[in-house]
Amino acid sequence: MIEVENLTKRFDGHVAVDNISFTIERGEIFGLLGPNGAGKTTTISMLATLLRPTSGTARVNGFDITTRAGEVRKSIGIVFQDQSLDEELTAYENMDFHGRLYRIPRNVRQQRISDLLSLVELADRKNSLVKTFSGGMRRRLEIARALLHEPKVFFLDEPTLGLDPQTRNHIWAYIERLNKEKGITIILTTHYMDEADRLCDRVAIIDRGSIIALDTPDKLKDEVGGDVVTLESRDTEGLYTQLRKAAWIEHIEQHDGVITLTLHNAERHIAEIVQLSTTNGIDIESISIHKPTLEDVFLRLTGRTIRVEEADIRDRMRMMHRLHRGGG
Amino acid sequence: MMDIVYTIWLRNMKRYLRSRSRMAGSLGMPLFFLLVLGFGLNSIVRIPGSKQDYMGFIVPGIIAMTVMFTSVFSGIQVIWDKQFGFLKETLVAPVSRLEIMFGQTLGGATIAFIQGFIILIISSFIGSGHHTTLQGLLIAAVFMMLIGLSFTAFGIAIASKMEDMHGFQLIMNFVIFPIFGLSGALFPINSLPAWLQSLTLGDPLTYGVEGIRYGLAGVSPINPFMGFMVMAGFTLAMVALGTVLFRQINL
Ligand SMILES: Nc1ncnc2c1ncn2[C@@H]1O[C@H](COP(=O)(O)OP(=O)(O)OP(=O)(O)O)[C@@H](O)[C@H]1O
Ligand SMILES: [Mg+2]
Repeated sequence: MIEVENLTKRFDGHVAVDNISFTIERGEIFGLLGPNGAGKTTTISMLATLLRPTSGTARVNGFDITTRAGEVRKSIGIVFQDQSLDEELTAYENMDFHGRLYRIPRNVRQQRISDLLSLVELADRKNSLVKTFSGGMRRRLEIARALLHEPKVFFLDEPTLGLDPQTRNHIWAYIERLNKEKGITIILTTHYMDEADRLCDRVAIIDRGSIIALDTPDKLKDEVGGDVVTLESRDTEGLYTQLRKAAWIEHIEQHDGVITLTLHNAERHIAEIVQLSTTNGIDIESISIHKPTLEDVFLRLTGRTIRVEEADIRDRMRMMHRLHRGGG
Repeated sequence: MMDIVYTIWLRNMKRYLRSRSRMAGSLGMPLFFLLVLGFGLNSIVRIPGSKQDYMGFIVPGIIAMTVMFTSVFSGIQVIWDKQFGFLKETLVAPVSRLEIMFGQTLGGATIAFIQGFIILIISSFIGSGHHTTLQGLLIAAVFMMLIGLSFTAFGIAIASKMEDMHGFQLIMNFVIFPIFGLSGALFPINSLPAWLQSLTLGDPLTYGVEGIRYGLAGVSPINPFMGFMVMAGFTLAMVALGTVLFRQINL
């Protein structure tokens, strides 16, 4: 459905997307995961024909993104990272505008608009101006709008950014349903690792413009190997030095004042870890065991965390920025 | 082609009809000019070689001013669409930028035309002293539409090059106000010193103002046919410029 070949985008010398290649199958839910500035939005913009690649190419639904942009546009639906509604129009009018732009005949258009507005539970608010909508309602409207012309490929760039968990679950439920019922191919980006894990058939982890891993979430997590133990201590240096000597630890890493270990049968070794630190006079402040997550995969591959916290602050700033502009 | 142009036009009209405060707000300045200059100077200013009073003289100028300012603002709206993200929704659709640009231009021009027409009606109640024929009204309408189209396209051209509204004040002060000030909107052009007159004749809005004046008052120092040719040429040039720059927008 999507074939990407050596796709590259440079912005005045700075490489935003660096020679990436991958293939997405029809009906797949494909996740692009990575920290801020990794190049996710840039990649999607190129696939959606809004940005011209510096080099390389891609085909979407069989059409080349540079030479057959018109066909590509007819095949895709997109929910942008930043809001793209006309706030001075009603929900219905935003939908209607879209339907006319995609040249959907009037009767089909009206029928689909009412079906989709019911699907996203906005039927009773269809004649309200969008500026009176909450963030979640706007997002749902954008999703409904992007589906109006029945796209074969659906791009969602951070569709749940800044939404509360309940609305988030709601939105992911629609997306899963769409994928199951209509067989739409879905490409999404998200900061929320657990969501990507639950939803995506395959995930590409992208960092500084390059794809550093691409597989099913389960395989990616398997590669971390065993269980993950996270330790906090006042003396991480000392603890790190001691633990490095233990043969049963498969991988050890120190980052942001936290030590992360990977090992098999972690439950059995916890006692040993505690003992080791006590004999060396090092206090452990907290200790936790969990099965590997995609966050651990990223950490293992890059030595850094994706930092969801930072992303949340950015989300909030973005929302404030939006509100600020909305008020002006 | 026309279905998309209509779609974009329709959106502009909906937004216009919905924002009554903006509609009223943009009539404020022309009404102020009309009342203050019209009544204020009526008794002291005489137009040389004309029986017309000053009020009757400036009405076409104020109408042209309304149309021009409203259309520049409508064109500049594209910046908001850029900032609020709505432009992406339009640009990612399988339609050409030419269609979008035409729809936007037509929408802005229509709104500007309506605003100008409102001023025209108000001024006829205030007492412009014109005895306009239907034919004259049509001629004025054609010039109003040309001013609307050309300056909306001009606004879109500016908006395509600007990232945000910061540069807007600069454009207002150094482009829009001079174009208005130099046109024959507020003073008769044939009694000017030669150097100023040549500046005035280089201002496209002069031909728009004089065209409306010919239509409404029946007399104008500029031949209306020549005025029409100049305004039509200017409109084509602005639409071409707007189209080229709008096509270059990168999101
Ligand atoms: N129009 C542009 N001009 C210059 N640089 C850009 C432009 N758009 C993006 N970049 C840069 O390209 C890099 C990738 O940006 P991109 O928006 O694709 O990241 P992202 O993965 O979507 O990040 P986020 O999670 O914050 O949305 C960043 O360093 C960004 O600053
Ligand atoms: Mg992004």
